[in-house]
Amino acid sequence: MNGVHDMGGMDGFGKVEAEPNEPPFHAAWEGRVLAMQRAMGHAGAWHIDDSRFAQEALPPQVYLAASYYWRWALAMENNLLARGYVTRAELAAGHALQPAKPVKTRLTLDVVNEGLVRSSFFRPPQASARFKPGDRVRTRNFHPQTHTRLPRYARDKLGVVELLHGCHAYPDSVATGQGDDPQWLYTVVFDSREIWGADADPTLKISIDAFEPYLEAA
Amino acid sequence: MTDHDHDHHADHGSDLSETQLRVRALETILTEKGYVDPATLDAIVETYETKIGPRNGALVIARAWSDPAFKQALLEDATKAVATLGHVSRVGDHLVAVENTPRRHNMIVCTLCSCYPWEVLGLPPVWYKSAPYRSRAVKDPRGVLAEFEVELPKDTEIRVWDSTAETRFLVLPMRPEGTEGWSEERLADLVTRDSMIGTGLARKPGELAQ
Repeated sequence: MNGVHDMGGMDGFGKVEAEPNEPPFHAAWEGRVLAMQRAMGHAGAWHIDDSRFAQEALPPQVYLAASYYWRWALAMENNLLARGYVTRAELAAGHALQPAKPVKTRLTLDVVNEGLVRSSFFRPPQASARFKPGDRVRTRNFHPQTHTRLPRYARDKLGVVELLHGCHAYPDSVATGQGDDPQWLYTVVFDSREIWGADADPTLKISIDAFEPYLEAA
Repeated sequence: MTDHDHDHHADHGSDLSETQLRVRALETILTEKGYVDPATLDAIVETYETKIGPRNGALVIARAWSDPAFKQALLEDATKAVATLGHVSRVGDHLVAVENTPRRHNMIVCTLCSCYPWEVLGLPPVWYKSAPYRSRAVKDPRGVLAEFEVELPKDTEIRVWDSTAETRFLVLPMRPEGTEGWSEERLADLVTRDSMIGTGLARKPGELAQ
């Protein structure tokens, strides 16, 4: 979706402000939100793409005003509600009011370290790869209302395939409940002038990781 | 109050903000329904606070600076190469290391959210997840670098990697001069978090805190 999350190339957000000696969390609740998110992910309650889509679907003014982990919390509440793990009445009451919906597994102390290793996104291919490093490609010009990982600034642009990363679960399908729909994943590199026009810094090259459905031969 | 409900909540009494109350309510509900275990949540928080941080990545870089065969392996398949180092926690698939050279400087961003190689760098800093960085890194990286007090030669190629999939990128910064014969431990002290994101360079020997 063309949301405010898709920030590449936007102007007006100001300077990058680094905080010296920044702590991992700025308040204890941030750590609880992160931990709950990891635990629910491990339980198979939803996919990482569902988390991203739930954040993108927040009203733009909410997305921009919320701190990072607060955005996670809001997205988590929405995913819990949408999938029937909690009800609005429970959120209002602050307690469980009805039986739990079964989950695949639970993240427990004995397996916590295993549970924190990222899972693999490799999936068996449905077909052979259409492109190889060195191929010229054009990214598609599409504007789905649902989740996609092709940023706006990189749509309908000429680029060159640089790396082939194997076949991965396809976020656009995962986030719309269509399963993994495995697709080949490539690093595609663009000259800055193709993206930002003739006045762009000629020493700049930008790459995205693009799933095969984002690309056509050029 | 239950036994897990210790210092991270208990010290505020009636001063709890709406945010804290709402997150606490969420944890209560998820715990009562059996989806999460508070002691496990404690362990997750502790892991990110104390065990997983940029020192992991710094040791990987120091090894690459010291051992050409390891560097080659790292650039070919970073996940596999890092797995051979006992002192770094296991990393998931899809880690890619990209090498800075005198001709090319690499910089990592996630314009769409906050993708970041947690296992080697820890949790991303707030600026990495912020709108200014996400919006400008792909369009004005030299301007962003100037805010980090990094100025590169005008003809150095800047390559910005937008982490738009599950691939995670780690920058292999250039080894500073004057470090011949240094141990890996000592070299790792030169490797800052920002130098592995590409918004910084490795410290020079003279910049090490005494």
